[in-house]
Amino acid sequence: MTEVAVYSLVAGISVGFAGGYVGSLMVLKRMALVGDALSHVALPGLALGILFNFNPFLGAFAFLFSAAVLTWYIEKTTRLFPEAIIGVLFVTALAVGILLTPEVDLLEALFGDITTVSLVDALLAVGISAPIVVVARLVYRRVVLSILSEELARSTGINVALVNFVYLFLVTVVVAVGIKIVGTVLVGALVVVPAAAMKNVSRNLSSYALLSGLTGTVSAGSGILLANYLGLPAGPLVVTVGTAIFAGALVAHRIAS
Amino acid sequence: MVIAPPPSRGTPDTGTSADVLRVTNLGVRVDKVPILENVSFQVRRGTTLSIVGPNGAGKTTLFRVLLGLVPHTGTVEWSGPVRIGYVPQHFAVTDVPITVRDFLSFKREAGFEESLAAVGLEAGVLRKRLDVLSGGEMQRVLIAWAVLDRPNVLLFDEPTATVDIGSEDMLYEALNRLEKESNITVLLITHDIHIASRYSDAVLALNRTVRFFGAPSRLSEPNLLMEIFGSGSGLAEHKHDLGSRGFR
Repeated sequence: MTEVAVYSLVAGISVGFAGGYVGSLMVLKRMALVGDALSHVALPGLALGILFNFNPFLGAFAFLFSAAVLTWYIEKTTRLFPEAIIGVLFVTALAVGILLTPEVDLLEALFGDITTVSLVDALLAVGISAPIVVVARLVYRRVVLSILSEELARSTGINVALVNFVYLFLVTVVVAVGIKIVGTVLVGALVVVPAAAMKNVSRNLSSYALLSGLTGTVSAGSGILLANYLGLPAGPLVVTVGTAIFAGALVAHRIAS
Repeated sequence: MVIAPPPSRGTPDTGTSADVLRVTNLGVRVDKVPILENVSFQVRRGTTLSIVGPNGAGKTTLFRVLLGLVPHTGTVEWSGPVRIGYVPQHFAVTDVPITVRDFLSFKREAGFEESLAAVGLEAGVLRKRLDVLSGGEMQRVLIAWAVLDRPNVLLFDEPTATVDIGSEDMLYEALNRLEKESNITVLLITHDIHIASRYSDAVLALNRTVRFFGAPSRLSEPNLLMEIFGSGSGLAEHKHDLGSRGFR
Protein backbone atom coordinates (compact mmCIF):
# COMPACT_ATOMS: atom_id res chain seq x y z
CA MET A 1 0.00 0.00 0.00
CA THR A 2 1.38 3.40 -0.95
CA GLU A 3 1.93 6.24 1.50
CA VAL A 4 -0.88 8.20 -0.12
CA ALA A 5 -3.21 5.24 0.30
CA VAL A 6 -2.35 5.03 4.02
CA TYR A 7 -2.91 8.78 4.43
CA SER A 8 -6.24 8.58 2.65
CA LEU A 9 -7.25 5.56 4.72
CA VAL A 10 -6.41 7.35 7.99
CA ALA A 11 -8.28 10.46 6.85
CA GLY A 12 -11.24 8.42 5.59
CA ILE A 13 -11.59 6.34 8.76
CA SER A 14 -11.50 9.36 11.07
CA VAL A 15 -13.82 11.50 8.95
CA GLY A 16 -16.09 8.48 8.43
CA PHE A 17 -16.53 8.06 12.18
CA ALA A 18 -17.09 11.77 12.82
CA GLY A 19 -19.49 11.97 9.84
CA GLY A 20 -21.51 8.99 11.02
CA TYR A 21 -21.62 10.25 14.60
CA VAL A 22 -22.76 13.78 13.71
CA GLY A 23 -24.96 12.36 10.95
CA SER A 24 -26.92 10.36 13.54
CA LEU A 25 -28.21 13.69 14.85
CA MET A 26 -28.97 14.95 11.33
CA VAL A 27 -31.14 11.92 10.61
CA LEU A 28 -33.02 12.35 13.89
CA LYS A 29 -33.49 16.02 13.08
CA ARG A 30 -34.86 14.99 9.68
CA MET A 31 -32.17 17.10 8.06
CA ALA A 32 -30.66 14.32 5.97
CA LEU A 33 -31.20 16.12 2.69
CA VAL A 34 -30.29 19.44 4.28
CA GLY A 35 -26.85 18.01 5.02
CA ASP A 36 -26.58 16.89 1.43
CA ALA A 37 -27.56 20.30 0.10
CA LEU A 38 -25.37 22.14 2.60
CA SER A 39 -22.32 20.33 1.27
CA HIS A 40 -22.78 21.95 -2.12
CA VAL A 41 -22.45 25.37 -0.52
CA ALA A 42 -18.75 24.58 -0.14
CA LEU A 43 -18.18 24.72 -3.89
CA PRO A 44 -17.63 28.50 -4.28
CA GLY A 45 -15.19 28.36 -1.34
CA LEU A 46 -13.26 25.54 -2.98
CA ALA A 47 -13.24 27.52 -6.23
CA LEU A 48 -11.83 30.63 -4.56
CA GLY A 49 -9.11 28.51 -2.93
CA ILE A 50 -8.16 27.04 -6.29
CA LEU A 51 -8.30 30.42 -8.07
CA PHE A 52 -6.33 32.39 -5.48
CA ASN A 53 -3.98 29.58 -4.51
CA PHE A 54 -4.88 29.04 -0.86
CA ASN A 55 -6.02 25.85 0.85
CA PRO A 56 -9.44 25.08 -0.70
CA PHE A 57 -10.49 23.48 2.61
CA LEU A 58 -10.34 26.90 4.26
CA GLY A 59 -12.50 28.41 1.53
CA ALA A 60 -14.96 25.53 1.77
CA PHE A 61 -15.13 25.84 5.54
CA ALA A 62 -15.65 29.63 5.36
CA PHE A 63 -18.56 29.23 2.94
CA LEU A 64 -20.10 26.34 4.84
CA PHE A 65 -19.82 28.15 8.14
CA SER A 66 -21.34 31.33 6.70
CA ALA A 67 -24.19 29.28 5.24
CA ALA A 68 -24.73 27.52 8.57
CA VAL A 69 -24.79 30.81 10.50
CA LEU A 70 -27.17 32.31 7.97
CA THR A 71 -29.43 29.24 8.16
CA TRP A 72 -29.38 29.30 11.94
CA TYR A 73 -30.13 33.02 12.07
CA ILE A 74 -32.96 32.89 9.52
CA GLU A 75 -34.44 29.83 11.24
CA LYS A 76 -34.26 31.61 14.59
CA THR A 77 -35.76 34.89 13.41
CA THR A 78 -38.28 33.81 10.78
CA ARG A 79 -40.77 30.99 10.34
CA LEU A 80 -38.89 29.47 7.42
CA PHE A 81 -37.82 25.84 7.82
CA PRO A 82 -34.12 25.03 7.32
CA GLU A 83 -34.99 23.04 4.19
CA ALA A 84 -36.30 26.15 2.45
CA ILE A 85 -33.34 28.29 3.48
CA ILE A 86 -30.74 25.67 2.55
CA GLY A 87 -32.60 25.04 -0.71
CA VAL A 88 -32.11 28.65 -1.76
CA LEU A 89 -28.48 28.76 -0.58
CA PHE A 90 -27.69 25.43 -2.22
CA VAL A 91 -28.71 26.29 -5.78
CA THR A 92 -27.15 29.74 -5.54
CA ALA A 93 -23.85 28.37 -4.23
CA LEU A 94 -23.79 25.57 -6.78
CA ALA A 95 -24.37 28.02 -9.63
CA VAL A 96 -21.69 30.45 -8.40
CA GLY A 97 -19.29 27.59 -7.64
CA ILE A 98 -19.55 26.04 -11.09
CA LEU A 99 -19.06 29.47 -12.70
CA LEU A 100 -15.97 30.16 -10.57
CA THR A 101 -14.28 26.75 -10.54
CA PRO A 102 -11.76 26.17 -13.32
CA GLU A 103 -13.05 23.34 -15.50
CA VAL A 104 -9.95 21.24 -14.93
CA ASP A 105 -10.49 21.24 -11.15
CA LEU A 106 -14.27 20.90 -11.22
CA LEU A 107 -14.31 17.08 -11.19
CA GLU A 108 -12.08 16.89 -8.12
CA ALA A 109 -14.17 19.51 -6.31
CA LEU A 110 -17.36 17.65 -7.10
CA PHE A 111 -16.21 14.09 -6.42
CA GLY A 112 -13.06 14.40 -4.29
CA ASP A 113 -9.66 12.92 -4.99
CA ILE A 114 -7.96 10.72 -2.44
CA THR A 115 -4.86 10.39 -4.60
CA THR A 116 -3.87 13.88 -3.50
CA VAL A 117 -4.27 13.31 0.26
CA SER A 118 -1.04 14.32 1.99
CA LEU A 119 0.30 13.62 5.48
CA VAL A 120 -0.85 17.08 6.52
CA ASP A 121 -4.33 16.36 5.15
CA ALA A 122 -4.46 13.08 7.09
CA LEU A 123 -3.30 14.70 10.33
CA LEU A 124 -5.73 17.55 9.77
CA ALA A 125 -8.58 15.07 9.28
CA VAL A 126 -7.73 13.21 12.51
CA GLY A 127 -7.10 16.45 14.42
CA ILE A 128 -10.45 17.88 13.38
CA SER A 129 -12.54 14.70 13.55
CA ALA A 130 -11.59 13.86 17.15
CA PRO A 131 -12.80 17.17 18.66
CA ILE A 132 -15.94 16.98 16.47
CA VAL A 133 -16.86 13.66 18.09
CA VAL A 134 -16.01 14.94 21.59
CA VAL A 135 -18.16 18.08 21.19
CA ALA A 136 -20.95 16.10 19.52
CA ARG A 137 -20.97 13.72 22.48
CA LEU A 138 -21.17 16.65 24.88
CA VAL A 139 -24.21 18.23 23.18
CA TYR A 140 -25.81 14.98 21.97
CA ARG A 141 -28.49 14.62 24.64
CA ARG A 142 -29.39 18.30 24.49
CA VAL A 143 -29.81 18.18 20.71
CA VAL A 144 -31.98 15.06 20.94
CA LEU A 145 -34.18 16.54 23.67
CA SER A 146 -34.65 19.73 21.62
CA ILE A 147 -35.62 17.51 18.66
CA LEU A 148 -38.19 15.63 20.78
CA SER A 149 -39.68 18.78 22.29
CA GLU A 150 -38.24 22.26 22.12
CA GLU A 151 -40.47 23.36 24.99
CA LEU A 152 -39.36 20.48 27.19
CA ALA A 153 -35.72 21.21 26.38
CA ARG A 154 -36.11 24.89 27.15
CA SER A 155 -37.99 24.13 30.36
CA THR A 156 -34.90 22.27 31.61
CA GLY A 157 -32.71 25.29 30.96
CA ILE A 158 -31.27 24.17 27.63
CA ASN A 159 -30.36 27.06 25.35
CA VAL A 160 -31.92 25.51 22.24
CA ALA A 161 -30.62 28.24 19.89
CA LEU A 162 -27.05 27.75 21.14
CA VAL A 163 -27.29 23.96 20.96
CA ASN A 164 -28.61 24.19 17.39
CA PHE A 165 -25.76 26.52 16.49
CA VAL A 166 -23.13 24.15 17.91
CA TYR A 167 -24.76 21.27 16.08
CA LEU A 168 -24.77 23.16 12.76
CA PHE A 169 -21.14 24.11 13.33
CA LEU A 170 -20.23 20.44 13.78
CA VAL A 171 -22.09 19.54 10.58
CA THR A 172 -20.22 22.30 8.77
CA VAL A 173 -16.80 21.14 9.90
CA VAL A 174 -17.40 17.46 9.21
CA VAL A 175 -18.76 18.24 5.74
CA ALA A 176 -15.77 20.49 4.99
CA VAL A 177 -13.31 17.76 6.03
CA GLY A 178 -15.26 15.05 4.20
CA ILE A 179 -15.14 16.94 0.89
CA LYS A 180 -11.50 15.96 0.41
CA ILE A 181 -12.44 12.28 0.56
CA VAL A 182 -15.69 12.05 -1.38
CA GLY A 183 -16.23 15.51 -2.89
CA THR A 184 -19.05 18.00 -2.53
CA VAL A 185 -21.59 15.89 -4.38
CA LEU A 186 -21.26 12.79 -2.20
CA VAL A 187 -20.20 14.16 1.18
CA GLY A 188 -23.84 14.36 2.24
CA ALA A 189 -24.01 10.60 1.93
CA LEU A 190 -21.01 10.25 4.26
CA VAL A 191 -23.04 11.76 7.09
CA VAL A 192 -26.49 10.45 6.19
CA VAL A 193 -26.14 6.84 5.03
CA PRO A 194 -24.45 5.35 8.16
CA ALA A 195 -27.02 6.90 10.51
CA ALA A 196 -29.93 5.93 8.28
CA ALA A 197 -28.59 2.35 8.27
CA MET A 198 -28.29 2.12 12.05
CA LYS A 199 -31.44 3.94 13.14
CA ASN A 200 -33.74 0.95 13.07
CA VAL A 201 -31.33 -1.63 14.39
CA SER A 202 -30.16 0.38 17.42
CA ARG A 203 -31.69 -0.43 20.79
CA ASN A 204 -30.88 2.84 22.45
CA LEU A 205 -29.43 6.26 21.82
CA SER A 206 -25.81 5.60 22.71
CA SER A 207 -25.63 2.44 20.59
CA TYR A 208 -27.22 4.37 17.72
CA ALA A 209 -24.57 7.10 17.86
CA LEU A 210 -21.71 4.64 18.22
CA LEU A 211 -22.94 2.26 15.50
CA SER A 212 -23.47 5.19 13.12
CA GLY A 213 -19.88 6.29 13.68
CA LEU A 214 -18.55 2.76 13.22
CA THR A 215 -20.61 2.29 10.05
CA GLY A 216 -19.13 5.53 8.73
CA THR A 217 -15.66 4.20 9.52
CA VAL A 218 -16.30 0.86 7.81
CA SER A 219 -17.86 2.54 4.76
CA ALA A 220 -15.02 5.01 4.32
CA GLY A 221 -12.28 2.48 5.05
CA SER A 222 -13.70 -0.22 2.77
CA GLY A 223 -14.50 2.26 0.01
CA ILE A 224 -10.96 3.64 -0.01
CA LEU A 225 -9.38 0.16 0.07
CA LEU A 226 -11.62 -0.95 -2.80
CA ALA A 227 -10.72 2.21 -4.72
CA ASN A 228 -7.04 1.34 -4.34
CA TYR A 229 -7.48 -2.20 -5.55
CA LEU A 230 -9.94 -1.48 -8.34
CA GLY A 231 -8.47 1.82 -9.51
CA LEU A 232 -11.85 3.48 -9.25
CA PRO A 233 -12.78 6.80 -7.58
CA ALA A 234 -13.13 6.44 -3.79
CA GLY A 235 -16.15 8.72 -3.24
CA PRO A 236 -18.70 6.62 -5.10
CA LEU A 237 -17.28 3.41 -3.59
CA VAL A 238 -17.53 4.81 -0.04
CA VAL A 239 -21.16 5.64 -0.69
CA THR A 240 -21.80 2.26 -2.33
CA VAL A 241 -20.40 0.36 0.67
CA GLY A 242 -22.51 2.52 2.99
CA THR A 243 -25.60 1.80 0.94
CA ALA A 244 -24.86 -1.95 1.03
CA ILE A 245 -24.68 -1.76 4.85
CA PHE A 246 -27.94 0.23 4.82
CA ALA A 247 -29.64 -2.48 2.74
CA GLY A 248 -28.23 -5.21 5.00
CA ALA A 249 -29.49 -3.44 8.14
CA LEU A 250 -32.89 -2.99 6.55
CA VAL A 251 -33.17 -6.72 5.77
CA ALA A 252 -31.85 -7.67 9.24
CA HIS A 253 -34.42 -5.41 10.88
CA ARG A 254 -37.23 -6.89 8.78
CA ILE A 255 -36.20 -10.43 9.67
CA ALA A 256 -35.81 -9.58 13.38
CA SER A 257 -39.23 -7.93 13.58
CA MET B 1 -55.20 21.33 51.64
CA VAL B 2 -56.14 25.00 51.89
CA ILE B 3 -58.52 26.27 49.29
CA ALA B 4 -57.80 29.75 48.01
CA PRO B 5 -60.46 32.23 49.14
CA PRO B 6 -62.81 32.68 46.22
CA PRO B 7 -62.38 36.19 44.88
CA SER B 8 -65.20 37.82 42.98
CA ARG B 9 -65.52 36.93 39.32
CA GLY B 10 -62.80 38.37 37.15
CA THR B 11 -61.33 40.45 39.95
CA PRO B 12 -58.58 38.44 41.58
CA ASP B 13 -57.44 39.31 45.09
CA THR B 14 -54.20 41.16 45.72
CA GLY B 15 -52.21 38.10 46.75
CA THR B 16 -50.55 37.05 49.99
CA SER B 17 -47.13 35.99 51.18
CA ALA B 18 -48.31 32.37 50.92
CA ASP B 19 -48.45 32.75 47.16
CA VAL B 20 -45.88 30.78 45.20
CA LEU B 21 -46.80 32.62 41.99
CA ARG B 22 -48.15 36.07 41.36
CA VAL B 23 -48.99 37.16 37.79
CA THR B 24 -49.90 40.81 37.23
CA ASN B 25 -51.26 42.46 34.09
CA LEU B 26 -49.72 39.84 31.85
CA GLY B 27 -49.91 40.47 28.13
CA VAL B 28 -48.60 38.46 25.16
CA ARG B 29 -48.74 39.45 21.51
CA VAL B 30 -47.69 37.34 18.54
CA ASP B 31 -47.28 39.25 15.26
CA LYS B 32 -49.18 42.13 16.90
CA VAL B 33 -52.15 39.84 17.63
CA PRO B 34 -53.08 39.81 21.34
CA ILE B 35 -52.98 36.26 22.75
CA LEU B 36 -53.24 37.23 26.41
CA GLU B 37 -54.33 40.59 27.82
CA ASN B 38 -54.32 41.97 31.32
CA VAL B 39 -54.11 38.56 33.00
CA SER B 40 -53.67 38.66 36.78
CA PHE B 41 -53.93 35.83 39.30
CA GLN B 42 -52.13 34.21 42.22
CA VAL B 43 -51.42 30.63 43.20
CA ARG B 44 -50.97 29.55 46.79
CA ARG B 45 -48.15 27.19 47.67
CA GLY B 46 -49.22 23.55 47.85
CA THR B 47 -52.53 24.03 46.04
CA THR B 48 -53.86 23.05 42.64
CA LEU B 49 -54.99 25.64 40.10
CA SER B 50 -56.90 24.38 37.08
CA ILE B 51 -56.81 26.52 33.98
CA VAL B 52 -59.82 26.11 31.70
CA GLY B 53 -61.04 27.83 28.58
CA PRO B 54 -61.91 27.15 24.94
CA ASN B 55 -59.35 26.26 22.29
CA GLY B 56 -57.15 29.22 21.43
CA ALA B 57 -57.85 30.89 24.78
CA GLY B 58 -54.13 31.30 25.53
CA LYS B 59 -53.79 28.52 28.13
CA THR B 60 -50.67 26.94 26.67
CA THR B 61 -49.22 30.39 25.97
CA LEU B 62 -49.66 31.16 29.67
CA PHE B 63 -47.60 28.07 30.53
CA ARG B 64 -44.95 29.09 28.02
CA VAL B 65 -44.76 32.47 29.75
CA LEU B 66 -44.43 30.78 33.16
CA LEU B 67 -41.58 28.68 31.76
CA GLY B 68 -39.86 31.84 30.51
CA LEU B 69 -40.19 30.85 26.85
CA VAL B 70 -42.28 33.74 25.55
CA PRO B 71 -41.69 37.51 25.65
CA HIS B 72 -44.45 39.30 27.53
CA THR B 73 -45.54 42.47 29.27
CA GLY B 74 -46.62 42.62 32.91
CA THR B 75 -44.94 40.70 35.71
CA VAL B 76 -44.54 37.05 36.65
CA GLU B 77 -43.20 36.66 40.17
CA TRP B 78 -42.22 33.31 41.66
CA SER B 79 -41.79 33.28 45.41
CA GLY B 80 -38.72 31.53 46.79
CA PRO B 81 -36.65 28.91 45.01
CA VAL B 82 -38.83 27.23 42.41
CA ARG B 83 -38.12 24.00 40.56
CA ILE B 84 -40.66 23.50 37.81
CA GLY B 85 -41.63 20.14 36.40
CA TYR B 86 -43.41 20.41 33.06
CA VAL B 87 -45.50 18.01 30.99
CA PRO B 88 -46.22 19.39 27.51
CA GLN B 89 -49.46 18.90 25.61
CA HIS B 90 -47.81 17.35 22.57
CA PHE B 91 -45.01 14.86 22.80
CA ALA B 92 -44.96 12.41 19.94
CA VAL B 93 -41.91 10.23 19.44
CA THR B 94 -41.79 8.31 16.21
CA ASP B 95 -38.89 6.35 14.84
CA VAL B 96 -36.25 7.59 17.27
CA PRO B 97 -34.02 4.96 18.89
CA ILE B 98 -34.43 6.30 22.40
CA THR B 99 -35.33 4.27 25.48
CA VAL B 100 -37.16 5.45 28.59
CA ARG B 101 -33.81 5.27 30.42
CA ASP B 102 -32.19 7.49 27.73
CA PHE B 103 -35.02 9.98 28.05
CA LEU B 104 -34.99 10.17 31.85
CA SER B 105 -31.20 10.40 31.90
CA PHE B 106 -31.46 13.69 29.97
CA LYS B 107 -32.54 15.15 33.29
CA ARG B 108 -30.80 13.03 35.93
CA GLU B 109 -28.32 10.19 35.95
CA ALA B 110 -30.08 7.97 38.50
CA GLY B 111 -33.12 7.56 40.75
CA PHE B 112 -35.48 6.63 37.92
CA GLU B 113 -37.16 3.75 39.77
CA GLU B 114 -38.62 6.00 42.46
CA SER B 115 -40.18 8.39 39.94
CA LEU B 116 -41.52 5.53 37.85
CA ALA B 117 -43.02 3.86 40.92
CA ALA B 118 -44.73 7.15 41.80
CA VAL B 119 -46.66 6.93 38.53
CA GLY B 120 -47.27 3.19 38.77
CA LEU B 121 -44.65 1.98 36.31
CA GLU B 122 -42.22 -0.92 36.82
CA ALA B 123 -38.48 -0.46 36.36
CA GLY B 124 -38.65 -2.83 33.38
CA VAL B 125 -40.11 0.01 31.30
CA LEU B 126 -36.67 1.67 31.34
CA ARG B 127 -35.50 -0.68 28.58
CA LYS B 128 -38.45 0.06 26.29
CA ARG B 129 -38.14 2.47 23.37
CA LEU B 130 -40.38 5.52 23.67
CA ASP B 131 -41.97 4.85 20.29
CA VAL B 132 -43.44 1.52 21.45
CA LEU B 133 -45.12 2.90 24.59
CA SER B 134 -48.90 3.20 24.74
CA GLY B 135 -50.40 6.68 25.13
CA GLY B 136 -51.02 6.07 28.83
CA GLU B 137 -47.50 4.75 29.44
CA MET B 138 -46.01 7.72 27.58
CA GLN B 139 -47.95 10.21 29.69
CA ARG B 140 -46.87 8.46 32.88
CA VAL B 141 -43.25 8.48 31.72
CA LEU B 142 -43.63 12.23 31.09
CA ILE B 143 -44.97 12.73 34.61
CA ALA B 144 -42.09 10.61 35.97
CA TRP B 145 -39.76 12.92 34.00
CA ALA B 146 -41.47 15.98 35.47
CA VAL B 147 -41.09 14.79 39.08
CA LEU B 148 -37.60 13.32 38.63
CA ASP B 149 -35.71 16.24 40.13
CA ARG B 150 -38.27 16.72 42.92
CA PRO B 151 -39.93 19.91 41.68
CA ASN B 152 -42.08 22.05 43.94
CA VAL B 153 -44.25 23.31 41.07
CA LEU B 154 -45.76 21.11 38.36
CA LEU B 155 -47.21 22.42 35.11
CA PHE B 156 -49.43 19.92 33.29
CA ASP B 157 -50.79 20.85 29.88
CA GLU B 158 -53.76 18.56 29.33
CA PRO B 159 -52.00 15.47 30.68
CA THR B 160 -54.77 13.11 29.58
CA ALA B 161 -55.54 14.59 26.16
CA THR B 162 -54.13 11.64 24.23
CA VAL B 163 -54.97 8.69 26.46
CA ASP B 164 -57.95 6.39 26.76
CA ILE B 165 -60.33 6.49 29.73
CA GLY B 166 -58.73 3.53 31.51
CA SER B 167 -55.31 5.17 31.33
CA GLU B 168 -56.81 8.45 32.49
CA ASP B 169 -57.93 6.76 35.70
CA MET B 170 -54.42 5.56 36.39
CA LEU B 171 -52.91 8.95 35.52
CA TYR B 172 -55.12 10.93 37.86
CA GLU B 173 -54.58 8.41 40.62
CA ALA B 174 -50.86 8.88 40.15
CA LEU B 175 -51.18 12.67 40.12
CA ASN B 176 -53.37 12.61 43.21
CA ARG B 177 -50.84 10.44 45.07
CA LEU B 178 -47.93 12.66 44.06
CA GLU B 179 -49.69 15.81 45.14
CA LYS B 180 -50.63 14.39 48.55
CA GLU B 181 -47.20 12.93 49.25
CA SER B 182 -45.06 15.81 48.04
CA ASN B 183 -47.12 18.93 48.87
CA ILE B 184 -46.31 20.44 45.52
CA THR B 185 -48.12 23.23 43.73
CA VAL B 186 -49.90 22.05 40.57
CA LEU B 187 -51.06 24.14 37.63
CA LEU B 188 -53.22 22.01 35.38
CA ILE B 189 -54.62 22.90 31.97
CA THR B 190 -57.70 20.82 31.31
CA HIS B 191 -60.78 20.73 29.13
CA ASP B 192 -62.49 18.49 31.64
CA ILE B 193 -64.74 20.66 33.79
CA HIS B 194 -65.30 17.82 36.28
CA ILE B 195 -61.59 17.34 36.78
CA ALA B 196 -61.24 21.10 37.29
CA SER B 197 -64.09 21.32 39.79
CA ARG B 198 -63.21 18.23 41.82
CA TYR B 199 -59.42 18.23 41.68
CA SER B 200 -58.60 21.92 42.13
CA ASP B 201 -58.40 24.44 44.93
CA ALA B 202 -58.95 27.28 42.47
CA VAL B 203 -59.92 27.70 38.84
CA LEU B 204 -58.69 30.24 36.32
CA ALA B 205 -60.93 30.55 33.27
CA LEU B 206 -59.15 32.16 30.34
CA ASN B 207 -60.31 33.43 27.03
CA ARG B 208 -57.54 35.86 26.12
CA THR B 209 -58.38 37.67 29.36
CA VAL B 210 -59.41 36.31 32.76
CA ARG B 211 -63.10 35.34 32.59
CA PHE B 212 -63.19 33.85 36.03
CA PHE B 213 -60.78 33.29 38.88
CA GLY B 214 -62.11 31.68 42.01
CA ALA B 215 -63.42 28.61 43.77
CA PRO B 216 -64.08 25.50 41.64
CA SER B 217 -67.55 25.10 43.17
CA ARG B 218 -68.68 28.04 41.04
CA LEU B 219 -68.14 25.95 37.89
CA SER B 220 -71.53 24.34 38.45
CA GLU B 221 -73.23 27.66 37.63
CA PRO B 222 -74.60 27.43 34.04
CA ASN B 223 -74.34 31.19 33.46
CA LEU B 224 -70.69 31.18 34.42
CA LEU B 225 -69.95 28.25 32.12
CA MET B 226 -71.75 30.04 29.29
CA GLU B 227 -69.63 33.11 29.90
CA ILE B 228 -66.40 31.12 29.92
CA PHE B 229 -67.00 28.79 27.02
CA GLY B 230 -69.75 30.45 25.02
CA SER B 231 -72.88 28.73 23.76
CA GLY B 232 -71.05 26.01 21.81
CA SER B 233 -69.07 25.36 24.93
CA GLY B 234 -66.92 22.45 23.73
CA LEU B 235 -66.03 21.60 27.28
CA ALA B 236 -65.56 17.98 28.24
CA GLU B 237 -67.64 16.23 30.84
CA HIS B 238 -66.34 12.96 32.10
CA LYS B 239 -68.60 10.12 32.88
CA HIS B 240 -66.39 8.77 35.63
CA ASP B 241 -67.39 8.84 39.21
CA LEU B 242 -64.47 11.02 40.20
CA GLY B 243 -65.44 10.94 43.84
CA SER B 244 -64.78 7.23 43.94
CA ARG B 245 -61.17 7.94 42.92
CA GLY B 246 -60.57 9.90 46.05
CA PHE B 247 -60.56 13.33 44.44
CA ARG B 248 -61.95 16.19 46.37
